[in-house]
This record gives sequence, C-alpha cells and structure tokens, in this order.
Amino acid sequence: MNKLANKTYTYYFLLPAGIVYFVFFLLPTIMSLFFSMTWWTLTDWEFIGLENFKTFLSEPSLNIGFKNTLIYAVVTSGLKVILGLLLGVYLSSKLKTVGFIRSMIFFPTLLSTIAVGIAFTMMMHPSQGIINIVLSGLGIVGPDWLGDTDIALLSVALVDVWKGVGMATVIFIAGIMSIPQDYYEALKIDGGNAWHNFKSIIIPLSRPAMNTVIILSFIGGLRSFDLIWTMTKGGPGFSTDLIASIIYKQYQAGFFGLSTAGNVILFILVSALAFPLYSYLNKKEVDL
Amino acid sequence: MLIVRKVLTPLSILALFFGVLTGCSSNEGSILNTTDPKESTISILIDNQIEQDGIRAVAANIEKKYHIKTEIETRPSGVEGHEVIKTRLATGDMADLVFYNSGSLLQALNPEQYFVDLTQEPFINNVVNSFKKSVTVNDKVFGLPFGNALAGGWLYNKKVYRQLGLSVPKTWNELIANSEKIKAAGKTAVIGTYKDDWTSQLIVLADNHNVISQNPTFAEDLAANKAKFATSPAALRSFEKLSEVYQKGYLNSDFKTASYKDGVEMLVDGTGVQYPIVSGVLSVIKRDFPDRINDIGFFPQPGDSADTNGMTVFMPAAIYVNKNTQNLEAAKKWLTYFASSEGVKTFLSNKIIVGPLAIKGTEVPNNIIPAVKDMLPYFESQDTTPALENLIPLKGPNLPQITVQVGSGQLSAKAGATLYDQDVEKQAKELGLTGWE
Repeated sequence: MNKLANKTYTYYFLLPAGIVYFVFFLLPTIMSLFFSMTWWTLTDWEFIGLENFKTFLSEPSLNIGFKNTLIYAVVTSGLKVILGLLLGVYLSSKLKTVGFIRSMIFFPTLLSTIAVGIAFTMMMHPSQGIINIVLSGLGIVGPDWLGDTDIALLSVALVDVWKGVGMATVIFIAGIMSIPQDYYEALKIDGGNAWHNFKSIIIPLSRPAMNTVIILSFIGGLRSFDLIWTMTKGGPGFSTDLIASIIYKQYQAGFFGLSTAGNVILFILVSALAFPLYSYLNKKEVDL
Repeated sequence: MLIVRKVLTPLSILALFFGVLTGCSSNEGSILNTTDPKESTISILIDNQIEQDGIRAVAANIEKKYHIKTEIETRPSGVEGHEVIKTRLATGDMADLVFYNSGSLLQALNPEQYFVDLTQEPFINNVVNSFKKSVTVNDKVFGLPFGNALAGGWLYNKKVYRQLGLSVPKTWNELIANSEKIKAAGKTAVIGTYKDDWTSQLIVLADNHNVISQNPTFAEDLAANKAKFATSPAALRSFEKLSEVYQKGYLNSDFKTASYKDGVEMLVDGTGVQYPIVSGVLSVIKRDFPDRINDIGFFPQPGDSADTNGMTVFMPAAIYVNKNTQNLEAAKKWLTYFASSEGVKTFLSNKIIVGPLAIKGTEVPNNIIPAVKDMLPYFESQDTTPALENLIPLKGPNLPQITVQVGSGQLSAKAGATLYDQDVEKQAKELGLTGWE
C-alpha cells in the first residue's frame, strides 16, 4: 500500500494542470460536440440531431466562405513561405545592419491584430488613404482596396502577410543558422556558386523550418477571423466572408446551436487539411 | 504522519487550484450599499452610443429625491451589443435596468423569462398606446419606452433643392426625376455609405409604409410563412428601388467604403443631396454642424402612388427590469420618475427632439428643427406605419450584407429578396414560430 502511494503520489502534482486542461479545453470540446446537435438558447436546449449541420451546410454564403477560406489560407501561407525564406536567407548573412533589419521585419508581429486592421483600413481608403495618395502621386490610379469585391480578400491577405512574415522569417533564420558550415565548405570545394548554395543546401536543409512555417500559417489562415472582421466584416456583402466570420455572424444572431455546429465543421475541416499536410511534409524532411 | 501527508497533499493541491481560480474571477455585479438602509444603488446597462447627459441628469435628481444611486454601465451598440445582452441574461449577470430594442428584438429575447412584467405599474399608463404595443409580449408590458420614435426616410439638402428648383417627391418616379436633375448638375444624387453596412438597409426598411399600404397583411403573412419578399410584388419593390439607385448611377463613387460620418458630411456640404437614413442622424448633424441643421429637410420614402404617401416609423428602445434584480422597489421608483413629466423634461433638457415622444403629457418644445417639422404632419394625419421589425418578431440577421450586395450591383433585386427570405426562414425556425416546421 505504502509502495503504491510512493509510486502514485507524484501524479497529484499533475492534477492542477490536468484539471485546468480538462475544464478549459476537453470539457468545452465535448460540450460543443453535444450542443452542435441541439437547438440551444444558452439556458435551454432541445436535441435535434443533425439538423444544425444540415442548416449550416445549406447556408447560401457558405460556398463563398469555403472558397475564400482556402484562397486566404493558401495565399497567406504561400507568401509567408516565399518571403520568409528570402528574407531569412538575406538576414542570416553577415550584413552590418542585420540586427536592425531583423527587428524591423519582426516588429509587426508584436502589434495587436485589431490595431493593424484599423490602421490599414484607413490607409486603404480609396480617396483619402495614404496608399492611394502615394500611388496617385506616381500617376497610378489605385484601386478601391477593400470596397472592390474582386480584390478585397487579397488586400486583407496582404496585410496578414505583412503582419505574419516576421515570424516566418525568424523561424527560417533559426533553420538556416542550424545548417552546419561543413556543407557550404564542401560546396565551395566543388566549385558551387551562391545559387547552388541556395538550391542544394539551404532549401533542402531548412525543410523542418519551412514545414513549421507552412503548417502554422496554413492553420492560421484557415481559422483566421480577427483581421477580416476588423477590416471588412466579411463585406462588401458576403464577398470576403470566411467560415469563421460566417460562424461569428450566426452566433451574433443568437443561433447558438447552429454556430456551434459551424465550429465543429471548421474543426473537422482544419484537421482534415492539416493532418495529411503535416504527415506529407514530414516524410520529405531529411536529416542534417 | 503518513496519513496526514496523504490527506494533506491532495488537499493542498485543491486549495492551490481554487486559489488560482478565485484569483481569476472578479465580481463586477452591482454592490448593495448595506451601511445606510435608506440608500441603494441601481445599475443600468445602456448602449455606449447614447449621449449620457440626459440619463445622468435624471440619475442626479433621483439620487436627491429617493437616495437611489445610479450606476451606468455601457455595452457596444449594434449586433455585438445584442450579444452582450443575451449572454449576460443567460448567465444571470445582468444589471438591474436594461436598455434594449423594442419590437422583434425584444421578442427574440424571451422576455417572460428575464424581465419583470410591468403591466400593472401605474407609470405604464403614461406611455402612448402605439408605443406600448412594441414592448408588449403575450399581453404583458415589459418595458418603458425610452425617448422618441425615429422616422425612416430621406434627408435632403434644401439649399441644393432650391438651387435646382426641385420639389419634395411624392412618388418614386418623382424621386428618380429629381435624382436625374441632381446628377446632371454634377452632384451626388443619392448618398451611399455602405462601409457601415446597416445604412444600406434603409431603402428597404423605410419602404415598409408603401409595402403595407399596398399589401396590408404582408407582415402577418410573412411571420406565418404565407408570404415571401421575393414573391410579393409590393415587398420585392423595396429591393428593386435599392437596386435602381445603383443601376442608374446615382451613388457617390466611393459608396462602398464611405462611412456614415462621411455621408453626413456630404449631405451637409451639399456635394451629396439625398441620403436614405434614419432620422436619428439629425442629432449628429445638430451636434457637429449646428449652423447647417436648417439646410436639412426630410421626406418619407415615396411609393408608386402619391395617394398612399406616408412614413415608416421605428419605435424607440425601452428600459426593462431584470427579473433577478435585488432592488425591485428602487428600480420601480426609478422608472416612475423617468416616466413622470418632470423626468421627461429633465431627460430632454439638453436634447433636440428628432421624433415624437413616447410618454404622454409632454409638450414638444417649439424650437424643433426643420427636418423634424417635415415629419410632424405625417404623425398628425396618422399616415405612418411602424417598421416591419416593430410589427413582427422577424428581421433576418444578414439583411445588411444582402442590401450591400443588391445596392452595389452584385445581386439582382429578385436574388437579394430570395436570399433574404432564406435568412428570415432560418430565424423563424430558430424562434420556433408556428407555420415554419
């Protein structure tokens, strides 16, 4: 008995963390699975089976939402990888101002998304915004960044990239720095130039960093909400609605069961896209 | 010793855990002042867009008279505010007095569960009858209407109208003819401010008088699933008007990104001439451009026939009493004062009146602004219809987005109306109305 107590007492110390994890994470997850199948007013509920899922999937703006969510995730994660990699290579070189530029690039990551959204909304105003004022000074007629339904989503995606590329760059810098010098020396002996450096050493060997960036920014893009909500509220009309903003609008309308069902669907969608992507990318990693 | 430790370890862990938890929670509810039995504190939750001077003046008088302190809490306006209300009611953490919309939004809250029935209170007799209907659910009166009603319609710049020799339109065709002339004169005929998407709904919402005068049972039929916007010609006409304004190129070029504030500026300086909006905007103009307020006039949204010309009216919001309040008596005293003529006078002392008042026996001061003078004849001749959302508990939550789409040419009027019918259907099912199973 004493022996058992000696073996198990350590688990008591896991209890606080365990309880917090259960109460704030597992329990809500299980509850949301349940409430997604109910007609729910927060105080009252009635079990209605899969009705909410049916209603959610027949939502007229959902097609736009799915399409926009995928475009947004692919565009933001793609640009973050490309720009992050280039900036990472540039900033892991031995420039004098490297510290300064690194902080410049990383700085937007520290800002509140809402503040960034409000600031860019003002800068993207078609006639009074600084972007179009500068463009017109150069003789270019700037578009209506957030009002034109064809480009509004991309405008927001660009702001997301501006804000997120710093994090991607830092991850790439860490990845590139961890590549041992031997490889570069070997390449030099073989007579390789800078392009070979990039193609044959940096890209394959910074794969773990690249995968981290892809996964993080792709998942971030799929469930992105705050920036789009501050900048366009899903508008004009429904043209920049993402799945997350559709869910939020249903929640605002007081359709609690329905919006919970939407969240379950979003959860399934993110898992269904992220897990295969993750295992695919992991297979392509090589050892240093 | 070992037993002690065995008991102590989990206990201390639990204690630590609850210590952490209680450290996180904070009690923001109202605190009763128990030291002085004559004094109590009433908390009131209001919209943060409301100017507080009126309510503060009322609160100061109530404190002098009854020793009841008032604690004003604010919440965001619009749909986010509705969410705060719903969540706080559902979790039982609500202020004693609650400021909230009347009509359909009140019905959607399930007021019998959350608010005190005020039907028998003497102060309810002071409420004008047409207002009482919008705070009544299942024959019980739940709220005391707050302030004045608002009209939905078109504000216009009278100076420009005079310059161009235009007269107030009584039919939609006259409105279109006026707009053509304004456009030809190089000005914006119709101001669109669809960045604040709620403003895009006004052409549809303010058309309700025309809809109901052509199809008197439309509201009931819509609520009972017997009529649809897309298939009732009178109702579809509202969406067609919205679409027409865009198709004919009357809107300002930046209508998709212009805000409500931009719209007010355009109207005041005359670069934009007509603005479909709610009359509440007049108090903003009076505050920000006091010297221009006399240039602004009002006309209701015209229908297809001049004979049925009339105005759509939005009922005022109201104050409700939280059913779980600890201070019911104090809350009733508060409302009694608020509904007295002294209370109304105090409340309005620094305000301009932008519509008819909800409390009887209050004289409308004679310094009313011209745009409101334009509204009064319609009230006197009773050519008014409450907004659709004041008649039935249905207003689809996606209407602002849909009207932006129709109003910016992304959707046809018919397609927009069909989409809105689906939105209404979802809400009707969620509310459990009969006829929608």
